[in-house]
Amino acid sequence: MMSQQPEAPPPLVALEGVTKRFPGVVANDRISLSIRAGEVQALLGENGAGKSTLISLLAGMQQPDEGRILVEGRPVRLGSPREALRLGIGTVYQHSTLVPSLTVLENLILGAPWWRRLDRAGTRARLAEITAKLGVSLPENAVLGRLSLGEQQLVEIVKALWLGERLLILDEATSMLTPKGVEDLRAVVGRLREAGIAVLFITHKLSEALAFGDSISVLKAGRLVGGLSVAELRALGEQEALDCIVDMMFGTRGEQPAAEAARRLGEAGPTILEVEGLSVAAGPMEPQVREVGFQLHAGEILGIAGVDGNGQKQLAEALAGQRAATAGTIRLEGRPIQAAGVPARQRAGLRYVTDDRLGEGTIGAFPVSLNLLLKRIGTPPFWRGGVEQPEEIDRHARALIERHDVRTPGPATPIGRLSGGNIQKALLGRELDDRPKVVVYNKPTYGLDLSNIRLARAAIREQAAQGVATVLISTDLDEILELSDRIGVMLRGRLVGVVANDAEARRRIGELMIGSGAQA
Amino acid sequence: MESLLGPAFLTALFAGTLAAAVPLLLAGLGEQVSEKAGVLNIGIEGMMLLGAYTGFVAAWSTGSLWLGFLFGMLGGLAVALPMLILCVWLGLNQIVIGIALTLGVEGLTALLHHVQFSRSYPRLPRVETLPIPGLSEIPVIGPALFDRHPLVYLAVLCVPLLAWVFRRSVVGLNLQAAGDKPAALDAAGVSVTATRAGAVLFTGAMAGLGGAYLSTIGAGIFVPFMTGGAGFIAIVLAMLARGRPLWVLLAALLFGACLSLTTALQVGGVRVPTDIVQMLPFAAVMLLLVAFGRRAALPAALGHPYVRGQR
Amino acid sequence: MSGEAQQGAQPDAAERLTSPARVPSGGGDLARRLAQALLPIVLALVVGALLLALLGRDPLAFYGDIVRRGLLSPLGLQESITRSAPLLLLGAGLIVAFRSGLWNLGVDGQFLLAAVFAAAMAPPLAAALPVWLALLLTLAAAFAIGALWSALPALLKAGYGINEIVTTLMMSFLGVSLANVLVKLPFNDPATTVPQTATLAAADRLPRLFGTTVNLGIVIALVAILAVHWLMTRTAFGLKLRVVGANPRAAVHAGLPVARLTLAAFGLSAGLAGLAGGVEILGVWGNMRADWNPGYGLLVIPLVFLARFHGVAVIGFVFFFAVLSIGGETAARRADLPNYFNLFLVGLILVFMALTEWLGQRWQQRRET
Repeated sequence: MMSQQPEAPPPLVALEGVTKRFPGVVANDRISLSIRAGEVQALLGENGAGKSTLISLLAGMQQPDEGRILVEGRPVRLGSPREALRLGIGTVYQHSTLVPSLTVLENLILGAPWWRRLDRAGTRARLAEITAKLGVSLPENAVLGRLSLGEQQLVEIVKALWLGERLLILDEATSMLTPKGVEDLRAVVGRLREAGIAVLFITHKLSEALAFGDSISVLKAGRLVGGLSVAELRALGEQEALDCIVDMMFGTRGEQPAAEAARRLGEAGPTILEVEGLSVAAGPMEPQVREVGFQLHAGEILGIAGVDGNGQKQLAEALAGQRAATAGTIRLEGRPIQAAGVPARQRAGLRYVTDDRLGEGTIGAFPVSLNLLLKRIGTPPFWRGGVEQPEEIDRHARALIERHDVRTPGPATPIGRLSGGNIQKALLGRELDDRPKVVVYNKPTYGLDLSNIRLARAAIREQAAQGVATVLISTDLDEILELSDRIGVMLRGRLVGVVANDAEARRRIGELMIGSGAQA
Repeated sequence: MESLLGPAFLTALFAGTLAAAVPLLLAGLGEQVSEKAGVLNIGIEGMMLLGAYTGFVAAWSTGSLWLGFLFGMLGGLAVALPMLILCVWLGLNQIVIGIALTLGVEGLTALLHHVQFSRSYPRLPRVETLPIPGLSEIPVIGPALFDRHPLVYLAVLCVPLLAWVFRRSVVGLNLQAAGDKPAALDAAGVSVTATRAGAVLFTGAMAGLGGAYLSTIGAGIFVPFMTGGAGFIAIVLAMLARGRPLWVLLAALLFGACLSLTTALQVGGVRVPTDIVQMLPFAAVMLLLVAFGRRAALPAALGHPYVRGQR
Repeated sequence: MSGEAQQGAQPDAAERLTSPARVPSGGGDLARRLAQALLPIVLALVVGALLLALLGRDPLAFYGDIVRRGLLSPLGLQESITRSAPLLLLGAGLIVAFRSGLWNLGVDGQFLLAAVFAAAMAPPLAAALPVWLALLLTLAAAFAIGALWSALPALLKAGYGINEIVTTLMMSFLGVSLANVLVKLPFNDPATTVPQTATLAAADRLPRLFGTTVNLGIVIALVAILAVHWLMTRTAFGLKLRVVGANPRAAVHAGLPVARLTLAAFGLSAGLAGLAGGVEILGVWGNMRADWNPGYGLLVIPLVFLARFHGVAVIGFVFFFAVLSIGGETAARRADLPNYFNLFLVGLILVFMALTEWLGQRWQQRRET
């Protein structure tokens, strides 16, 4: 008599027909998915696909309009974040929700009833319990802000698992990590798997989904359009799986964002930018830049790869004139400009597209039209004799808005009201206006959705084709490899190597990035 | 000149320093809690003044100083409440409301004083002091520092108490999170509004108590506008103290010393114009800022969390 | 709600609090805006009436006196206009500061110091020079003194980023005391028993206009506030200051000389406060008494906020409160109340105004969505 297979236990967490609506949009449309204990499910989707809503439903911030959520087969109501946490569903968000000025222990205690004393002993014990499962150790009395980003993320994970350990939701967890940090995270996720904890790994990067996930689900425009189960994923080869996913996400095969890698190998144009021995002093908690030197030709794209925090931003700011260099020369078309300020460099054709769109690139409360002229305040014809000429400013704004397809109710709309993608279009429009000669881009596609990413990359390529010398700083290796002619790597403030973008490039860059020893 | 630095001068100086410092200490500690939580309490001058008035009236009509202190705290709370509702909860402009409340309280208390006391100008009797055995016997500083009304000792005790709360209690953590990164506090499931509300109420009570001390013990009488900017000084003290209650005490003593210097000098037989002496503490602070400006790192962001009325 | 809308970095506190370039909530019809302006006043008057009744005074007579004296009586109206002058100049100075993201809380100190120097300089200058020249030089000096008194906080802020709330408050206390010392000692007029400066003859003061008691100061003030409004909203310089105020990091990114702009903003702001002091002395008093501190600064700060830093709106608010002050003095005297009642009324009106403005914004937002 053949014994029956024992019934598989119910999935740890399941959603059945979950729908959530907001005025004008259905954010989640009849979503059903389930995650089993010890499974890492990757949830793929672009910005705007409904990931954040789904996370907020699971995290207890909101309740579904229809459908239900089940934990171990029982329907539950996640009425508040605390209830979700108590049921063992913890979330680690993209942006830190810890207090940098408190210690690790204090951050973990945060949330306890206010009339209590600090229960250090109890907290320490629970911390030890969780870190043992994760296979890591954390310095409990260290001030959080002084830890590396990877360690800070570990604290977030610990906090998410504090009240219970069923499901851990990781939202874009690798965006700030070094390659080593990503490796460490993979190890931690592996340990979670072994401990029987389920992981929902949210990402918009296909490569990551494949690297981390045992199974993959694809979210598109609020619906779950497909996925690969554990068995299916195991059965497919990597390329096949990739094709399958891309098909689900974009409906077409072969329209891979990474496919257009054809680099022109044309002759280099004349040397437009020469940088020699550029050094920038380090501020408190900031990396320095040490003797960076390179040459840039017209129409060439020099990619600068490297983990965040190795001096890229400082280099960009020094090139732009925003930050004073302590040594070195910068020559634009042969003329030294290292002593010139931002306005002079702008006029000379040296432009800088910052990664910090809202923090320094634009002023949210100001209208789009003024933001488009932020680096040209006072220059004619927009100002005559120091007095504003509204019609000129307006005309200029309308032209740029149209040329770059910036979706805005009007030129007078405060730019802060626009979506991230449109703000970036406006920024690009501003910097690429009026005959740029050299453009420095810092993480130009960070935080954008796929269509806007493609638009931005196309714009960069187009400018280069027109002869603009380009410095492309990015932490996205795929982006660097797709666009650059040559690639340099920043490590601890130095430009440690410049390689041509050929078949070997990825491997050599990886080696350069690791350098001598691990990076925090 | 021989009497300068003589025992009479020194006793007068120490005694006067402490008397002037207590209201600043209480209000300063209160303000420190608010600022830690991210609220800049511009209305603290109004809180002190109303506390001075209600405290005086209560003490005078009941004959009990402690009831006076209680009503002083209630007076401060009465001003903190609208501040809380309008600014912390609804999110109205803190500066406008704070100044409006201060002006309103100034007008109201002066008016009430005129109606009630302008003809009688009642004074409270000199207070009973509580000498600390042994310490109060020390020549010169004994009677000045250790033979005071119990509230003085309690005020000083607030310093270690508050330091303990800041570093070792969940309340302290919540306050710091509310001021440094309210989003984190919210994520941890603690209400930022409630935390800040509690901070503002505490400030009101402390400022009111400080005002009550000023009118009942310090001067023994209520005079319109008697706080004379002490609330604003408390704001500055709290900012300079950067989260450490001990520094509030030191700064309050510094100001107290300068403020009481005139009287002390008179006792010592030297006549210096009040105005010059009153300039001393402010000049001292400016000098410190100039000298240590580069390293003091009083961050420009000091204004940021405090005027962050919304999350 | 989609992840696209970037929240990004938290809006700068200065941007959030001072919101200098906030798009005006235009659209609102005149009727609604008038109602929004009148409602808080009515509410405050009702509460005030209750208090008056409690004290046994007739509220209607009181309020009637305010209007009759402050607005309708020719002499009273002139006094209201005269009172507006220093308030407007202070307002102009505060607009410059707040729109530049700077907390110039030292206006009272700047005002008094400039006033004492104006009071001391004017009589000897008037004796030696033609009157108009003496007045011009004195006013220029008043501006300069005010600007100078803000130099230390300005430098500390521009150079080391030291918070100006602390420094300007300190300098204000210092300024008030220093002005007193100057009145009582070096600038004291030995001829008088009361400590005060030598009095400037009436003929040498700011000329009166058209046979009224209103002096030229109001013209100076109106020109100043309109000029400041135009400067901040229509010129490149003003825009640069607003950029610094809205987002200092963006200012650096845009290549603006932040330190220099900070110094300029402080200088202009404090200079206008000093000018207010000069106008008050040269137009109204002719001398400065010891322990004189009208404390105009504290009153004007909320007015400037309520007017959302708009020059013309400030004129409206200031005039209203000037009428209230002047009319209130008479009304209080006739009701046998100290002038303190008006101070209470002012506080009340400010609270209700802030509340109404907030309600109006919420209502507007709800209409938009």
